[in-house]
Amino acid sequence: MEANVARPIIRVQAPAAAQLSEEVLPSHELKMTARDVNLWYGEKQALFDVSLDIFDSSVTALIGPSGCGKSTFLRCLDRMNDVIEGVRMTGDITLDGENIYAPQVDPVQLRARVGMVFQKPNPFPKSIFENVAYGPRIHGLARSKADLEEIVVKSLTRAGLFEEVKDRLQESGTGLSGGQQQRLCIARAISVNPEVLLMDEPCSALDPIATARIETLMDELRKSLCIVIVTHSMQQAARVSQRTAFFHLGKLVEVGDTTKMFTNPTDVRTQDYVTGRFG
Amino acid sequence: MSDAQTINRQPRAANWASDAARRRVRRRYAADRRLQAYGIIAIALAVGLLGILVTSLVSTGFPAFVQTKVDLAIYVDPSKVDPKDPANGNFRALVREALAPFVPEGATDKQKIDVTKILTSDAPYIVRDYVVDHPDTVGKTVTLPIAVSDPYDQLQKGVIPKEVDALSWSQVRYFERLQTRGVVAEEGGRTSLKLEVYVDPARIEAGPPPSGDFAAVARDSLQAYLPDVHDTALFAMLADDAPDALANRVAEDPSLIGKTAQVIFPVAKPFAQLANGESPKVLNPRFTSTQIEAFDTMVAKGVVHMPFNWELFFNADSRFPERAGLAGAVTGSFYALLVCFLLSFPIGIAAAIYLEEFAPKNRLTDLIEVNINNLAAVPSVVFGLLGLAVFLGYFGLPRSAPLVGGMVLSLMTLPTIIIATRAALKAVPPSIREAALGIGASKHQVILHHVLPLAMPGILTGTIIGMAQALGETAPLLLIGMNAFIPSVESMGILEPATSLPTQIYSWADSPERGFVSRTSAAILVLLGFLVVMNIVAITLRQMFERKW
Repeated sequence: MEANVARPIIRVQAPAAAQLSEEVLPSHELKMTARDVNLWYGEKQALFDVSLDIFDSSVTALIGPSGCGKSTFLRCLDRMNDVIEGVRMTGDITLDGENIYAPQVDPVQLRARVGMVFQKPNPFPKSIFENVAYGPRIHGLARSKADLEEIVVKSLTRAGLFEEVKDRLQESGTGLSGGQQQRLCIARAISVNPEVLLMDEPCSALDPIATARIETLMDELRKSLCIVIVTHSMQQAARVSQRTAFFHLGKLVEVGDTTKMFTNPTDVRTQDYVTGRFG
Repeated sequence: MSDAQTINRQPRAANWASDAARRRVRRRYAADRRLQAYGIIAIALAVGLLGILVTSLVSTGFPAFVQTKVDLAIYVDPSKVDPKDPANGNFRALVREALAPFVPEGATDKQKIDVTKILTSDAPYIVRDYVVDHPDTVGKTVTLPIAVSDPYDQLQKGVIPKEVDALSWSQVRYFERLQTRGVVAEEGGRTSLKLEVYVDPARIEAGPPPSGDFAAVARDSLQAYLPDVHDTALFAMLADDAPDALANRVAEDPSLIGKTAQVIFPVAKPFAQLANGESPKVLNPRFTSTQIEAFDTMVAKGVVHMPFNWELFFNADSRFPERAGLAGAVTGSFYALLVCFLLSFPIGIAAAIYLEEFAPKNRLTDLIEVNINNLAAVPSVVFGLLGLAVFLGYFGLPRSAPLVGGMVLSLMTLPTIIIATRAALKAVPPSIREAALGIGASKHQVILHHVLPLAMPGILTGTIIGMAQALGETAPLLLIGMNAFIPSVESMGILEPATSLPTQIYSWADSPERGFVSRTSAAILVLLGFLVVMNIVAITLRQMFERKW
């Protein structure tokens, strides 16, 4: 960090989103857009003019050093920042072209469409079945008990957990191993058929084997979902994402095709970061 | 030397083998041990004091858990009890007749009445209640265990003695002073006082036979020997026939009138015993000799026994300790706590949820929070005054009722419950809230489905501890008059006058009868028992509902 400050900062305007969508992954549709997002925690500004496009059926990785605002930005995407006191935001974020901060949008419904998986596995202290069934139940997605069971089995299967837990669905979700718990959280998140899945460093508390399983799972899931992942691990970003966005000090420095970002970044700060020279 | 040099200089290598280093290690270990010792001393002190409290309560309260009773064979005389209307029979006469075998030969009517006082004054009512419940016993003999009155209960338990010292400590002192002055002497086989008496012609006439207030003159002459004593107990020293000694002396020699002479006054029996080196005893004034004789007969016939005192739990209050029980107090406390729980549990949780989950952080909520914390520290007597002024005075609710008692107690428990609930809500990890929010649960779903169930053990613990506090609270209940005299549990209700465990303890502690001393301790033990049970329930609930996350 110290070395970086001394270096002359080359101001590179974040490329306009419209430009990006043409050159990167033209086969995918635009799912979410963020335009000029500024965010303050009280007096402290955490995000500066972030504009980012997120495409359907792909994984977008947000990388950057600690405290750069990537998690904050991720939480803007499903309005989880609303519940934090003293947060103020300007700018627009859309989902399928509709502004999610519009007054008529219900944040609770939005969070069903945009699911979230957190850094630390946080299953409810209830049975495995109840963990997954909770979302469909409160959103009225199941018409009968059989329906509900089907959703639970399907979600657990999609999360690659069903085979391991099918004999103990009534046991507590907190009794599972860390990796299993995180997959349970993913099953819970996808049980309500979200269109977007936000993952906030989902593997940082897991061992390499559990991480590998989750990465495989993400690759499966992205066929039907739009995934945005915050990660500290450059290797992980390179492995799982199609697009990568690099945040630094609350600003979006650079966004682009993952391969390009890791081999031939435009910005010198990105280059320094992905090659491990700071951060 | 520049700053950079100072910083860059290597610290001196520590010499771990030096004396100073070894001293530091020794001091550190000593300090560790001291800290540990302070803790152990503090705990030992606390446990010791608790042990003393419980031991003293158990040793004082133990006698109250048994009750001396007499198995009385009662002939339910059809001439005294009408089988059609048994409630209006002359049960007092039945009891008197049942006691006849124990009354000493040739007792007077007054002595016979004295003997009935061995039994509790409620004896006729105990018999009446039994006969009313069992009307077929009319014309038969039934044997009922009947509690003896308090003095005999205490006598049987060895709490009070049958005989007490006849002389007070000061009377012994006066006599000893006279002995040192050589006034006491053996005369004619009796211990006597040789006193100089001025035979005052104004008070004694020569006669014959001589007349006058010989007793007063005798007293005055005794007083003259101990001029500093102003105590009528002094005159008990003179025997009943002491004035006769003076009268006889004057009759023998009428010329003594107007002169000073030595007169020998016999001393009363206890003082004579004292002079002989015995310690004089008299029958305890609570008993009469006839009663003692009758009671000894009962003991000899084996009808006196001391069973477990179930009445302590199933009887309501009574003026007679041998009949007094805690049922009324327990019922009153139960009703008051029920009201208190029904009010403070929902209100407390609702207030805590609002303050913790919904309320914006501003000056108003800060003020409310500070005041809730202050309310928890307000002396309970103040809440009692509030209840008196507002609930009784302004709203006109019934006096002494458990409803008002519960309302006042809930004022006290509310802050406790709110604080405990807020702490429990705060302790629920934010990850659980985020998980629920992330899946699209609304605020109330997050709270009701996830946060509240996880906070429940803490809330229940806080509530039960608040309730336990309320159970032991005395002052506010006294102020709203919830220390009524309740002789029967049947009449009790939420709106009827009632008493409660702590106020019952208070009024028993205030009663002069000896039997209430042990009953007070027994009631405290019962109250402590309830508190222990409530705390065990709190711990059990917490362990039962506690979940790991």
